[in-house]
Amino acid sequence: MNRQAVDAFASGLDSEVRQAIEAGTARVIENRSHTLAEDYSDLDGLRQLAGQVRQHALDHLDRYLPQAERRLRDNGVQVHYAPSADRALEIITGLVRASGTRVVTKSKSMASEELDLARRLADIGVEALETDLGEFVIQLDDDHPSHIVAPIIHKTRRNVADSFAKHGLGDFDDDPEVITRRARRFMRDKFLAAGVTITGANFISAESGRVAIVTNEGNARFGLAGADIHIALAGIEKVIARDRDLPLLLSLLVRSATGQRISSYVELVSGPRSASQPSGPREMHVVFLDSNRSRIVGGQTREILRCIRCGACMNTCPVYRQSSGHAYRGVYPGPVGTVLGPLLKGEDGFGELADLARASTLCGACGDVCPVNIPLPDLIARVRARSHREGTVSGDAGIPSMGGYSLIARHPGLWRLAMRFGRVLNWLPLRQLPLGVSRAWFTSRTLPRWRGGYFRRWLRSRKEGQDA
Amino acid sequence: MPDDRAIVLDRLSASLDKLSERTPYPEFAADAATPDALRGRGRALFAKRLAKAKTVVFETPQALGDYLSEHDAAIGYCDPDLAPLLRPWLGPNVELDLEFDHGRVNEYAFGITRATGGIIETGSLILTDSDTSNRLGALAPWIHIACLDPAALHETLADAITGMGDDPNIVFVTGHSQTADVEGILVHGVHGPGEQVCLLYDLALPEGHGDPDQ
Repeated sequence: MNRQAVDAFASGLDSEVRQAIEAGTARVIENRSHTLAEDYSDLDGLRQLAGQVRQHALDHLDRYLPQAERRLRDNGVQVHYAPSADRALEIITGLVRASGTRVVTKSKSMASEELDLARRLADIGVEALETDLGEFVIQLDDDHPSHIVAPIIHKTRRNVADSFAKHGLGDFDDDPEVITRRARRFMRDKFLAAGVTITGANFISAESGRVAIVTNEGNARFGLAGADIHIALAGIEKVIARDRDLPLLLSLLVRSATGQRISSYVELVSGPRSASQPSGPREMHVVFLDSNRSRIVGGQTREILRCIRCGACMNTCPVYRQSSGHAYRGVYPGPVGTVLGPLLKGEDGFGELADLARASTLCGACGDVCPVNIPLPDLIARVRARSHREGTVSGDAGIPSMGGYSLIARHPGLWRLAMRFGRVLNWLPLRQLPLGVSRAWFTSRTLPRWRGGYFRRWLRSRKEGQDA
Repeated sequence: MPDDRAIVLDRLSASLDKLSERTPYPEFAADAATPDALRGRGRALFAKRLAKAKTVVFETPQALGDYLSEHDAAIGYCDPDLAPLLRPWLGPNVELDLEFDHGRVNEYAFGITRATGGIIETGSLILTDSDTSNRLGALAPWIHIACLDPAALHETLADAITGMGDDPNIVFVTGHSQTADVEGILVHGVHGPGEQVCLLYDLALPEGHGDPDQ
């Protein structure tokens, strides 16, 4: 019996999906480790530095966000603030409607997933195409990404070939090269027909207003060559202090995400196309999305906003690898999602996803690989503590009361007694206990025989021996 | 009623006021993440890094001409300033469009534009709006040929980022367009060029080329 939602999802996961995720994450972990080990003798020093650079920007966001806005406006960009996801949707659909276009191209943006943007644009009769190959497959299947860097890590090439065949993109062929060529052919007319292109932003420099966009496929570039209007949607936490922060952050982002040293395309966009340029947007908008980020920025778990969306924490997480991104019921899976997911839901929605913080063994691997040194295990523990403090039902589901343990641990006499009589456990029929918690525990684990209680005696006798 | 901007900025101030201290800006060199092994200078090293990043390098226009005929690349887009300088090296059957025709987007086998600079650390080409005669020409055809004056090289990514002037669109291009979305298998040429080429050669463009005021 799995009373925690992530466990329940993982236990029902198709073995083919589990294998696809295991293979996908293992490949990236290996590439990442190889590149970082080859390039840096003091990786921890760099991770700490990058963490400090990000934390500095977040701690001074009240200064850097308006500064970024001023620079963007100076560069001819129209800047919008969206206190909520609904307001961001209103702003973006308003801009798309006003443009009169029927086709919008979109490149990958996690903020846009928070808005469910492509579906909402379809609701107003606009063909909003996901142009990243993985996201395009997700859109064809009416699915959701299960990883923030590799959205279809849970699908095999046969799944993708099936989708292409079903949607009239050629007969079944599961050769990835054929799939890619078909997507290329289909998409280029759309890039040229689109009046609006929507991108995310990896970073926005408060110093210059430059919006950094990183891709390998060139889809964001094509969007920015074909459309008349560019809308960049970015969480307010994407703002960084200075341009000189970019080399450090980009170097760690790309190495951590894919093991490359730089992605095929790093684009720095600071405004509409120049006067001499015949292709590209004549108009550029930046939408700064708050959606509870301003609340997180001064709170107990504020380090989570350093996240640069590399996906290394989920690749390395044993729970993610066994359960898939969809188990996390939101936009951000894996360790980062267990913290960011409930927090982005705000005060009222925190409880909906508070159980995610339980979906962790606290093994610490996520904290070790994070390129911006987010103390993820600590933050997960803080989310757990908060959900317990607030009596969040979902956060405590399946968790045994620790009152008994707490009592014993606080009283040395009781503790000694428990150690002395602990072996009684070996004779009790624990598996037959009619308690939900113990049943759930014993269905998937074996309790080793009690062999404790000797250490204190041994230590005491050793000390006595030494004294003698 | 407060506007959206005021709502967000007020919330931010209220939230940040709760912090007892704020993280200072650390002291660090902008190129702190440049690995020692990737430092170095010079045209030869850059050519080597370009090749390692899967960019095909030619150091004479003749070699470029030969490459295009080997690939049966007969129709392409070309920056109008570059066309007269390259014409003598391209075969008589090669057709150059000096304006990018959207209707021929699937016919163009190649696009020739100028690059503004290069980055030795990463083997990247730098494209900017002011030097790229047409963004589509540098992106849509299967082969993109970037013509780069070998004098315009930056040693590190940090040099390039902090040393770029005001241009609304700067792209660091490292190799060809690629994806590993399907089962992690690397496939090139998704939406951008399947072959990235660099002609590393001083074509001696006249002063003021590409300047709209000239």
